[in-house]
Amino acid sequence: MSNVRFGDSSDGLVAYLSGEIDHHSAQQLRMEIDAQLQNALPRTLTLDFAGVSFMDSSGIGLILGRARRMSALDGRLVVQHPPRQIQKMLDLARVSYI
Amino acid sequence: MKPINQAQVTFMSKSVNESFARGIVAVFLAQADPTLPQLADLKTAVSEAVTNCIVHAYPGALGKVTLKLALYEEGLVKITVSDKGRGIPDVKQAMEPLFTTGNPEERSGLGFSVMQSFMDGVKVTSRPGRGTRVVLTKRLTPRQ
Repeated sequence: MSNVRFGDSSDGLVAYLSGEIDHHSAQQLRMEIDAQLQNALPRTLTLDFAGVSFMDSSGIGLILGRARRMSALDGRLVVQHPPRQIQKMLDLARVSYI
Repeated sequence: MKPINQAQVTFMSKSVNESFARGIVAVFLAQADPTLPQLADLKTAVSEAVTNCIVHAYPGALGKVTLKLALYEEGLVKITVSDKGRGIPDVKQAMEPLFTTGNPEERSGLGFSVMQSFMDGVKVTSRPGRGTRVVLTKRLTPRQ
C-alpha cells in the first residue's frame, strides 16, 4: 500500500510519498496529487520519495505525468530524497533528483 | 539442469495482485538468502512483468497470470511470468525503451528496459492471440 500527505515549501507544494508505488497504487496517488494541484496551483511541485520502500516503472509514469502538468501550469517539478534502490530506477529513466 | 526448489502460483490479472506477486517472490527466495538490493531487483522485474500482463495482455478484461519460481545450484534464480492474453505482435519493438501502447500520459514504456537492467537475462516469447511468456534469470552472487 502507498500513501501521500501534503505540505508546503517556500514556493509550492510538497507531496510526501510513502509505501510501495506500482501500477495499482499509482492510480490513487495520481488522483490525490492532481486534486491538490488543481486547488493549490503551485509554482513548484516537489515529490518526496524518502518514505517509498518500493517503486517500479509505474512511479516513473507518475513522475512524468506530473511533470507535464506542472509544465502546463508554467511551473516545475522537483524529485527529492529517493532511497538507493529508487535512485537506480530514476537513473535508468534519466530523471534527475536532489 | 534440475532446480533445487520450485513453486508455481496462478492468479487473476487484477492490479492488486502486483504486490501479491512481489510478496511471493520475497517469501520463496528467502531460502536463498539474497541481499536486499538483489531482492529489490527481482521484485521490481517481476512487478514489471506482471503489470504488463494486467495492462497489455488482458486490456479491459480479466485473465490468468502464472508466476513460476525456480532456484538452482549456485544461486541461480529463474522466474517465469506467463499469460494467455492477446500476445505481442512485435516483441523486438515492444522491448525498445519508451515504446508503449498504454496511455502515454501515465505509462513510461520502460517495463522491459527495467527488466533487462535489473536482471541478468530476459527472454520473451509471444504468440498473438495465444499469450506471452517472460523468463527472467539472475544469479545471486554471494554476500561480500
